[in-house]
Formats: sequence, C-alpha cells, structure tokens
Amino acid sequence: MKTLRARLPKDAAALALGAETVAAALRKEAAARNFELELARTGSRGMVWLEPLLEIETEEGWRGFGPLSASDVAAVLDGKSAKALGDIGAHPWLKRQTRLIFARSGTVDPASTAGLSFAGLKRAREIGPAAVLDEVTKSGLRGRGGAGFPTGIKWKGAAEAVGAQKYVVCNADEGDSGTFADRMLMEGDPFLLIEGMIVAGFAIGATKGFVYIRSEYPHAIAAMERAIAVARNERLLRPEFDIEIRIGAGSYVCGEETALLESIEGKRGQVRAKPPLPVHRGLFGQPTIINNVLTFAAVPAILEKGAAQYAALGTGRSRGTMPVQLAGDIKFGGLFEAPFGLTLGELVNDIGGGTRSGRPVRAVQVGGPLGAYFPTSLFDTPFDYEAFSARDGLIGHGGIVVFNDSVDMAAQARFAFEFCAIESCSKCTPCRIGSVRGQEVVDRIVKGEKRDDNLALLRELCDTMRGGSLCALGGFVPYPVLSALTHFAEDFTR
Amino acid sequence: MVSAAFDPSLLNKIVSRFVDMPGGLLPALHEIQKTIGHVPRAAIKPLAQGFNITEAEVFGVVTFYHDFRLDRPAGTHVLKLCRAEACQAVGAEALAAHAKRKLGIDWHGTTGDGAWSLEPVFCLGLCACGPSAMIDGEVHARLDAPALDKLIA
Repeated sequence: MKTLRARLPKDAAALALGAETVAAALRKEAAARNFELELARTGSRGMVWLEPLLEIETEEGWRGFGPLSASDVAAVLDGKSAKALGDIGAHPWLKRQTRLIFARSGTVDPASTAGLSFAGLKRAREIGPAAVLDEVTKSGLRGRGGAGFPTGIKWKGAAEAVGAQKYVVCNADEGDSGTFADRMLMEGDPFLLIEGMIVAGFAIGATKGFVYIRSEYPHAIAAMERAIAVARNERLLRPEFDIEIRIGAGSYVCGEETALLESIEGKRGQVRAKPPLPVHRGLFGQPTIINNVLTFAAVPAILEKGAAQYAALGTGRSRGTMPVQLAGDIKFGGLFEAPFGLTLGELVNDIGGGTRSGRPVRAVQVGGPLGAYFPTSLFDTPFDYEAFSARDGLIGHGGIVVFNDSVDMAAQARFAFEFCAIESCSKCTPCRIGSVRGQEVVDRIVKGEKRDDNLALLRELCDTMRGGSLCALGGFVPYPVLSALTHFAEDFTR
Repeated sequence: MVSAAFDPSLLNKIVSRFVDMPGGLLPALHEIQKTIGHVPRAAIKPLAQGFNITEAEVFGVVTFYHDFRLDRPAGTHVLKLCRAEACQAVGAEALAAHAKRKLGIDWHGTTGDGAWSLEPVFCLGLCACGPSAMIDGEVHARLDAPALDKLIA
C-alpha cells in the first residue's frame, strides 16, 4: 500500500474557507486509490488567498495545491490538478519574507514538540537570566502589541522589582480588526510562544504565566490548551514555571494591558491609572511583565541567533522583523513577515497585489481601529514605528486594511467613535462621553449643519480625547477620525 | 443552546468549583453560560457569596462583558457577524443588513421561533477573507448574501 503524506491547515481561516470538506474528500479519494493517508493538520503558511492549501509529499519533495474545494482533490491525487502551485517553500511570496516568528507555522504539527529544537530556551539556560535580559535589550526588540516599548527595559524592570510572586502575562487579546498574527501563531506554532514565555519567566524570576486569549478565537484556545497539556506532560512546563490560559469575554478594551490584568483578576475590564506600572504592581499586585504574543515569540530566535543578528534587521529604531497582516479588500491577503522598512505602497500593491475587488485602492487603515487612514499619496511611508508616527499614524499590531474607492470616509470616522462608545470601559469621561458626542458631531457635519463650527468642535473634541483619556482607546480614536478628515475632507462635505 | 429551565443547585455546584481559583469569577461565568446557555439572574447571589464580593460587583462584571447573556437566553443557533473594518471593506454592512432583513431581527435579537440569535462581533481574525461570521462556534469566510442564506436556511 502506498503511503500518502499530506498536510492541510486547521487554521481558522483555512477552516472558514472549507478545509474540513477538503480533508474529508482527501480521506475518501485516498481510500479509493488504496493509499494509506498520513494527514498532518498544521497551521497556515499565511497565504490566505490560497487556502485551503494542501501540500503533499512527492518524489520531488512537498508540493502545494490551492485554493482547493472538495471537488479538486481527485485531480490532485491523480497528478493532473490545475491548482498545482509547486514547492510552496519556494513560492515568491514566501521567498521575499524573512520569517523568524513564522518560520515553522504551516509545516509543523502544533500539537507535538517532535522536531522542535528549543534552541533559544537552551541557550537562555546556558547564559543565565542577566545575560538573557542583556540579549533581549541589545536586540532592540520592541513590544509588538502596538505600543513599541523596548522589551528588554520592561523585563529588566520586572527582574529588579521585589515581590513575593512575579508573573509573565501574554496578551493574546488580539482585538484589532485587520490583525490575525497572534491567532495564526497560536494555531500554527504554539510551542514557540510557550518557549518565549518560559524564557521570560526565567529572565525575571517568575514561576507563573498566563495567556489571556479572546473568546472570539476558539481554535487558538484549543490549540494552546493542547500544546500546554503536551508541554506539561513533557516537563517543559512544570511547577518552576507553568502557564494557565484565561479566556476573555468579548471586550476590546481588555487588550489594554491594565484592563487585561483586571480581567484576569475576575473584575470588570477597566483600565488602571499608571503609575504604578505593571512591572512594579501588576497582576494581583505583584511584579508582572505583560507582552504581546509576537513579542514573546520573537525571543527564541533572538537567543538562538544572537541579538546582533536580530538587530541587524530593520530600520531606524525599529529592529528585527514585523509580521505584517494584509487584510480587507486585498488580492493576496495574509501574513507577510519582513524586516521593518518596506513602504506602505510596496506592501499594499507589490506584495498585496492591490484590491481583491479590482477597484482602485482609496484608503488603508494601518494599526487597527485606532490607527490612521492613509491615502495612496502617503504610500512612500516606510513601515516603522517612527515613520508612521511622523505622519500622524501608528503601525500598531501590524494590520493593514485596504479599502477601495467605494468607501465613505465620513462613515469610517463615525464608526471609529461608535466602536469606541461600544467598547469604552467607561472609566474616564473623554472616552465615555466623547465617543458618543463624536458620533453626533460627525452626523451634523455630514448633514451640513453649521459645518465650520462643528468641524472646529470635532477637532477640539479629538484634542480633548487625545490628551485626556486614560488609555489608547479614547486617546487614539482621533487617529482614524482626524486622518479621515485631513486626507479625505471631500467625504465630509458632500 | 437554549434552556430556560435549569436546576438551581447546578449554580452552586459550578460556583464551588471556581471559588478557590484566583480571579475565578470570569471562568465561573463562562462555565455557567456554557452549561445553561445564558447567565440567569439567579446566579448572581451564589456567585457573590462564593467569591465573597457584593451582588453589585457580580452584576457589574456580568454586564461589562459583551459575551455574557444576563437573563437573555440565546436562540438555538447564534449567528455572529463581523462588523469590524476589514470586513466592512468587503461589504460587511450590506451583509449585516441582509441578515437582519432575512431573520427579521436587529443586533442582539432572537427570532420569534427561537431558532436564531444575531450578534455583532468585532473581528474574528479572518481579515484577509471577509466578510466573516461564526455560527455556533464554526467559522465562515468570504460570505455574501446567497452564501449566508444557505447557512441560515
């Protein structure tokens, strides 16, 4: 009996595009040909437009086919599929990337440690906590959740803090629209995140870790639960450092670090005033580092390859690689990990292929619902923290949402306020009240009521929210609103 | 999913499983909702007693989070449609309008026959293949009106 080795993603995007029906067809067609099927369910390679993407082992190596539907499977097995893509590892879209965090996603079994080296963790244990802190600092790694705070400095602060119990908290509350890198990593290579968190615990002297995952991600939760069980079984996680999963409950603001800590404590997810910083008084009042999934996942490669090699990638003060997520109306949507510095235009047009609809690109929102809308005239902006900041924007968690020419930018500005009103934790007045008033002011502007007065009022309101809000939810809503107003003023006056 | 009737002793049993867990209120609420289908008002008192906090505090937590359905049983099926920007860019608003018309309900509503509840969701992480939806925990992508009609038929 011939053995047929295949891999097919169980990533949520692949499932949403029909991966299970492809898997069922594959089992049926393999049985009909008397093949013994060895089907590995992996994460995604990140080429979402090709999902479900099936890879099978041939005499020439692994070969990919996609996007597949169940009816395409027979032709694949008979060697006459029109959906043949060749060697996926050599696909130009992957070849152009520098994958450090997503090096393994899509090729490894997310439920097994077989074949994983844990080289970063091994080196961490060899060089000791102080040297780990030093390496992470020298790498130039900055928080990938959006704030871009230097990771090494945060970790040093927690290492030096005094407390009966220290905590490592992973923020997997990936609520920004247009982002899915955390989800993909947890579904495709959860052991990389676990490895990064163990290193963090070792570096700061913590014995307990939490991963706070949003409830909207049941597949990521299941993958992480499986991986943690395996890691405990293999003594990778043990009483010296263990990880527990906590599930969110549909609140966007819980992605804000202090609201997230409140939520783990079983409270309303309301933002805390800072200081004290979480590194001094965090979870349950103890010294805590809280980092995004991608930040922890970047650490093993930094330790394995050395800080210098990591820091050699990137541009300016943005070092290393960023998993950029291409989303919205985009032809080649998915996850593209590359050193900082590609321009927005390269990402949207060259790599993303423009729109899926075929209509012209009009605006792109970068960095989630609190990120600015950029017009195509700013497509020369390099993807790096400072360059975006200099143009009144932010890269956030690396999501790029493409809108075509049918978009109504006044409606998008109004939506930013509406979203803020729905998700506000209600602790501070600028956010709680400002988000509601903002919707009303946009409505009046669009209706043409005292337009100049209301435009001035809108700018004043944005100023108040930016300066007076307790956290980035109310504080950053002015980014989408004012960028829409600045770059697409015509939409507010028609 | 819907089960208006439930055994009150069930609540105490669930609560007792979580009271020793630091920050156990959210996990307890998740478990109650998973078991009963919603969070009945009758759960507030045993939760308050179990976690040694006031009923007002429990109420505050339950009502803070969009997921918890306080005294609001869901339909047999729950359709969660993404309303966030990446899905908006590929027609999520028109799809939502279609879903509301088709089901005859607004956001957070449940059809008269108890078959469907409609909830907005802000991002399912399926942003390169929108518009997306989740039905009873199963995800669906690149939806349009005919594709949605098949799913809710």
